[in-house]
Amino acid sequence: MIIRGRVYCLGDAINTDVIIPGRFLTIQDPYELARKAFADSDPLFLDHVAETNIIVAGENFGCGSSREQAAICLKFAGVKAIVSSSFARIFFRNAINVGLPVIECSSAVNEISAGDTLTIDVGKGVIKNRSLSKQWTCVSYPEWMVSILTAGGYISYIRKNKAL
Amino acid sequence: MGFTLAEKLLAHAASESNVYAGEYVTASIDLAVSHDNSALVIDRFHELGGNKVRTPEKIVIILDHRTPANTIMSANLQKRVRHFIIDQNIPLFFDVGEGICHQVLFEKRLIAPGMVVVGSDSHMTTHGAVSAFATGVGAIDLAAIWKEGTLWFKVPQTLKFIVQGTLSSFVTAKDISLSIIGKIGAAGASYRSCEFYGTAIKDLSLASRLCLCNMMMEAGAKNAIIPSDENLRFWFNDAKKSRYDVVYADADAMYEKEYIIDVAELVPQIACPHSVDNVKPVSAVHDVAIDQILIGSCTNGRLEDFAIAAEIIGSRKVCNTVRLLLVPASRTVLLNAVKKGYLQRLIKAGGILLPPGCGPCLGLHQGVVADNEIVLSTSNRNFQGRMGAASAQIYLSSPAVAAASAVTGVISDPREVVR
Ligand code: SF4
Repeated sequence: MIIRGRVYCLGDAINTDVIIPGRFLTIQDPYELARKAFADSDPLFLDHVAETNIIVAGENFGCGSSREQAAICLKFAGVKAIVSSSFARIFFRNAINVGLPVIECSSAVNEISAGDTLTIDVGKGVIKNRSLSKQWTCVSYPEWMVSILTAGGYISYIRKNKAL
Repeated sequence: MGFTLAEKLLAHAASESNVYAGEYVTASIDLAVSHDNSALVIDRFHELGGNKVRTPEKIVIILDHRTPANTIMSANLQKRVRHFIIDQNIPLFFDVGEGICHQVLFEKRLIAPGMVVVGSDSHMTTHGAVSAFATGVGAIDLAAIWKEGTLWFKVPQTLKFIVQGTLSSFVTAKDISLSIIGKIGAAGASYRSCEFYGTAIKDLSLASRLCLCNMMMEAGAKNAIIPSDENLRFWFNDAKKSRYDVVYADADAMYEKEYIIDVAELVPQIACPHSVDNVKPVSAVHDVAIDQILIGSCTNGRLEDFAIAAEIIGSRKVCNTVRLLLVPASRTVLLNAVKKGYLQRLIKAGGILLPPGCGPCLGLHQGVVADNEIVLSTSNRNFQGRMGAASAQIYLSSPAVAAASAVTGVISDPREVVR
């Protein structure tokens, strides 16, 4: 699974209430949820990810509630992957389950800047920064987790496996 | 080399003779818990090809986040959940008004020591207070449990906390929690299991233990757990529970880190905006004028919390610039707080009683805060925008600090107010 895109930078401890405030949790349409991503803190988020679709952030991305909608709204907003120094565990599980690649790599986070162009090989756990001509090896995941991501999330993974 | 509690409980649930931190296991789940987000779980369950849930009696659904429904949309979602319950013959359903899931699960003794329990709520860590392995997940994971009865875990590393000393008056489990989080940070226990030992833990009531384990979620913990003791046995003896597995960690278990904490000198703590680890002694933030105070939530909405608040308020009045919201964590807490006269005292003083449930904790209804307002809450989260306007400032404290501040109108140390 190879992902290419440009970088949008966010800070440390981006929490689930900031990603998708509680009052939007009854929305069921994922595209409409996407329109509410960062509604209070970054109303132009959708426009930003139209041009820069890999989020690079600091520590503890996705801390807070168990709301799966936090991962869903980012995926449907067009975010292709999130590279972060660390993820909160429930967000991490949710992201894998909804098919949003989350990559833990603090050394890369320290050096990548907004607007850089990245190529991420999720299976190999390698991030290449074409703007800097540098590459980093990140925390690797078990093969089955990569298969879930490649399938586009746990639900498509189960459906696909059933069809086999 | 021995095993931690997380390693032992997960090994047992995975039918393995032993597992160590770092390994992946598939564990069978004793109880799957969800709340208002059950509507989303139902969708996921059907998307996964689910038709009938595998074991209806291992599912608990408690409606608590929007009680009673705040919009047509949430009313419709709750209605769908009620239909599903009937369809699937799920016996453990608690409708709006019963209380916050974490308090109801405890009161009804639905979670017992030794169980492995998963819920689609982050504060499932609360139930380590009854010596269970309890953790939160999202809707897809929960739907998978409804369907298969199992879930994968990475066995966590464990942090050991030895908490010694006797707490001074008006210093509580919330202050212990805040001081720990202030020290280790909001990601200080990320992915980790936290085991608690020491005389100060033994002295905590079960309600206070629930508060402590609840708060460890805010340090990123996967679970928090307090070994079973007399206190806990007494609570379950009454109920004649068939399931009660007393499991202890081995003396030579491998801990990633050990913290030794003395609480004898601990003073009331407060978490300042906008992060739970921005913790200071209350005395360092005096004179901050407050618009709204919440005494409630799955952290501090229990009987002992209303007791201490009523004691501090006494015959005083709530300052007329403050709205004091009172949200009992459950119907039982509400009834007992009425019986004991705590609520009468707090309402007479000017408090506003709301129905048992999450109330204004997550900024949906029943006291959404305005732009630039200052809030003091006994809940667990002070993320920007959590309780309403993004420009509002949220402080977190114990009910003792909340009650003292309700009287003065500014953030206050309860020890000063009762003096
Ligand atoms: S009281 Fe607040 S933190 Fe607790 S379950 Fe309800 S919304 Fe979540």
